[in-house]
Amino acid sequence: MSLNVSSDRGYEAVIGLEIHAQLKTQSKMFCSDSTTFEAGDNENTSPVSVGLPGSLPVVNKKAIEFSVKTGLALGCQIRRTSVFSRKNYFYPDLSKGYQISQYDLPICYNGGVRIKTENGFKRIPIERAHMEEDAGKSTHQGDYTLINYNRAGIPLLEIVSGPDMHSAIEAANYARTVWQIVRYLGVCDGNLEEGSLRCDVNVSVRKIGVEKLGTKVEIKNINSFRFIEKAIDFEIERQIDVLESGQKIIQETRLFDPDKNKTFSMRTKEDAQDYRYFPDPDLLPVHLTEEYIENIQKSLPELPLDRSERFQKTQGLPETDAALLTSEKALADYFEMAATQSGNPKATANWIMTEVLKELNASGKSILDCPVSPVHLGKLIHEIDQGQISGKMAKVIFQEMWSHPRDPLEIIKEKGLVQISNTSEIEKIVDQVLKLNVSAVAEYRSGKTKLLGFFVGAIMKETKGKANPEIVNEILNKKLANHEG
Amino acid sequence: MEISNLSIKETQKILLEKKISAYELTQYYLDRIEKLDPQINSYITVNEKALEEAKAIDQKISKGATIESFSLLGIPMGIKDMLCTKGIKTTAGSKMLENFIPPYDSTVVSRLKNQGAILLGKLNQDEFAMGSSSETSYYGPVKNPWNLDCVAGGSSGGSAAAVAAELAQFTIGTDTGGSIRQPAHFCGVVGVKPTYGRVSRYGIVAYASSLDQAGPLAKNVEDAALILETIAGHDSMDSTTSQRKKEPWSENLNANIKGLRVGLVKEYRTDQLYPDVEKVYAESIETLKKLGAEIKEISLPLTEFGIPVYYLIASSEASSNLARYDGVRYGHRAEFKNLSAVELEKFYGQTRGEGFGKEVQRRIMLGTYCLSSGYFDAYYNKASQVRRLISNQYQEAFKSCDVLLSPVTTSPAFKLGERISDPLTMYLNDIFTITVNLAGLPGMSVPFGISKGGLPIGVQLVTAPFEEQKMLNVAYALEMNSNTKGARPNVS
Amino acid sequence: MIDKKTIKKIAELSRLEVSDVDAEEYSVQLSKALQFFEHISKVDTHQIEPMITPVEIESFWREDIVNQEYTAEEMIKNAPESLGHLFKVPPVV
Repeated sequence: MSLNVSSDRGYEAVIGLEIHAQLKTQSKMFCSDSTTFEAGDNENTSPVSVGLPGSLPVVNKKAIEFSVKTGLALGCQIRRTSVFSRKNYFYPDLSKGYQISQYDLPICYNGGVRIKTENGFKRIPIERAHMEEDAGKSTHQGDYTLINYNRAGIPLLEIVSGPDMHSAIEAANYARTVWQIVRYLGVCDGNLEEGSLRCDVNVSVRKIGVEKLGTKVEIKNINSFRFIEKAIDFEIERQIDVLESGQKIIQETRLFDPDKNKTFSMRTKEDAQDYRYFPDPDLLPVHLTEEYIENIQKSLPELPLDRSERFQKTQGLPETDAALLTSEKALADYFEMAATQSGNPKATANWIMTEVLKELNASGKSILDCPVSPVHLGKLIHEIDQGQISGKMAKVIFQEMWSHPRDPLEIIKEKGLVQISNTSEIEKIVDQVLKLNVSAVAEYRSGKTKLLGFFVGAIMKETKGKANPEIVNEILNKKLANHEG
Repeated sequence: MEISNLSIKETQKILLEKKISAYELTQYYLDRIEKLDPQINSYITVNEKALEEAKAIDQKISKGATIESFSLLGIPMGIKDMLCTKGIKTTAGSKMLENFIPPYDSTVVSRLKNQGAILLGKLNQDEFAMGSSSETSYYGPVKNPWNLDCVAGGSSGGSAAAVAAELAQFTIGTDTGGSIRQPAHFCGVVGVKPTYGRVSRYGIVAYASSLDQAGPLAKNVEDAALILETIAGHDSMDSTTSQRKKEPWSENLNANIKGLRVGLVKEYRTDQLYPDVEKVYAESIETLKKLGAEIKEISLPLTEFGIPVYYLIASSEASSNLARYDGVRYGHRAEFKNLSAVELEKFYGQTRGEGFGKEVQRRIMLGTYCLSSGYFDAYYNKASQVRRLISNQYQEAFKSCDVLLSPVTTSPAFKLGERISDPLTMYLNDIFTITVNLAGLPGMSVPFGISKGGLPIGVQLVTAPFEEQKMLNVAYALEMNSNTKGARPNVS
Repeated sequence: MIDKKTIKKIAELSRLEVSDVDAEEYSVQLSKALQFFEHISKVDTHQIEPMITPVEIESFWREDIVNQEYTAEEMIKNAPESLGHLFKVPPVV
């Protein structure tokens, strides 16, 4: 597939994303209802979320903290005084007839995030990130619709990028980067399928060289990064087709159908929308002190791209390994802890990318539930480097650690798995084996060097596999060569 | 001894001396309601469980409960139908909520219950508190106990009339632009609107969130202070409540107002007052002078803009606050033979068109218009700016005086039906009370005279935010020195 | 001047079904009221910050603690129409 569908046809696509990240709080944005995904119909509700007469919103402290954290990680300015406004419209899943959101004074603004592209890094500007509450859920049954308000009032942070992306891949990369960051921060679980991260995409096209932006079309609720790419690619082609055939683009909201790989119009009467935003008199402005913001800034973890760069520079990892190990904060933490223990970052990276991830995948576990602790893995690698155990032995010990988590040194001791690296001890055994196989020695010396393996095997058998193979080889070669009659 | 004429303290005395049980007291009020209210129409709903509640209070008393731990022990009360009461219909005076039974108590109601008060029932009012005469109620107008041909005022008309006709020991009303003070004045009772943020709005049907406050209507200043103590204070369910400590206002009541600076507003033109109102107002000034207060003239030049600012802001907020009445979760829903064939717009339009009365619809449309794109800056936003200027002027005024004294409205209670047909004239009634809400100040109405026609007349006192004590002290002094103290309507 | 057409538009935005007769009446009343309200344009409000909450109130935020006090049953009880524990409305697709 062409990287840039549009440029091949003489057009430039202009793409902006609105990402709704569901903040991972225990309770809702403005009341103490639970936010659990699994709950009976309307079980996570109260007078506030059902919008009963007289109910009032009260801000969740954690939601503010998570919003500021995300804003800072996205390089945003944090507004010292931000304001909750009411967005007024009628829809059955909206229990109060208005959504509490932020309008002209959002909590985060003027940010930007670095993403990786084919041509190096690019900074995607973030115009704003504002807090708002989610609506309920409608289930359509043909003759009627059923409403569940469990989701109503769950805190969202809407992250609005600038219209600064020009290809589907770029947009998907940006979305992935934001996804990775919110997960790194622990403010959103980033589950696209359950809707805890939702992407709306704005796409327009214009002839290359033309300055004026084309009419934009919004594609709503795309639930995977792959679909973001597909939806945008389709939409770009569609818009160019429309323009090429002499028609105009209609400003509208479309939905992506992944089965048909097409976007289609939602056919809503949007012309009549007038949200009549005004400051919510039930909520005071959110005042944040310098100190509050500084404290959150201090608590920010190192972000994935920065961490990957550091892993390359100070740990000597290749870029792909560094990127893989920093894809998730817990994995990167695991690596760092294990590498510190082992003193060998490269070997540690290899062990994690092969053995650890393989076992995790096979058992469907996350790195947080990994039975082998990073300290134990580090110790194991250290033992290999010290020549105490062979790589082969290490794999056996790793399996043992996986099924019965404990210190590898304990396993080595208990099973007598310590490698024999004592030269004189090995020499004795080599002498013994050579003495017992005089004819084979003669054959070897007459040129049948393939027999080396036979001798090694015999020595290993004698030592129950504990002899350090490197030393065995070294001594054996010396002995077989040093023949004096 | 006539029980219905006793103060809260006096009633509690006979309760604790076991001269009467809470059950008997409650029964006594229920009998009065049954006998007298059909002509007044102050109650929309009578609490069927009132006697049960009273029994529980009697048990508490027999186990040694004291008024130290239950400040309103055994006192029967009425609550405006804007306040949610768990398990008891709460209509807001509207057809829209004709069958709405809240699953929760408003904070005000639960605080009163926790202090031992007994709920007699829910009181009539203008629909969604939009009105100044209680004539917009879906449940019929409230009549003034002093003259059944007159309005009781509004929007808390039922709350004022019930106290005046002694159909409750005290009541709770709400005040968005004068809705406690004006009916209190019309019915000859004490009515207090606390500082914005003093009393929790949680569980009170919202009209205009930045203006609404609940407060007591009572027979005397001391009772009002006692009730205010019970309902005031921070509420974790309403983040617009102040975290300031409330004060023991009733205990601290002090009629010695010597040296207190009383301000009269230059812009409140007395030539527009009805003669009787002017006379009572003048007498109140004289009385305060005699009691040693220093009378000063202050200026609030933006007064004339109070009414426009109020209606623009209140209607804007109301248009949004009343959007939740959509026939989905509770309240009225238009009847459709076949739900599956109904378009959503039609569903909403018909439901809301049927459920709301005309005054409510007018204000929703006015508010929608003020907030709509292209008009926001000229109306809502401009009004909010002028609001700040009005508030600033009050702040300035309170640098040179402690309390403002004024009439409550230009006239005593007017005749039923006299003004209902002309909304704008009705709006203009509220000139003295309305700016108090805009600035979030505490204000109250205290009876001070009776017109030639036999209608009560009160005066209004206003102080700086959170200075309720000063206001109550002046009211207390006026009450003690009133010529018409103890006057009651003749209801039978 | 708010003409009948404007009233109809506002009524639609407010989701109020208004008859022609009523629209006529509202048009007259609201025009008169707005004409009076427009006096505020005379006040100089240059650089004046709009006032929302009228008195100084300290910030108050909730702790992030779950407190599920109500059952679905209680929340659905006042619904004009429901199915199980869900609210039932006309088809909205």
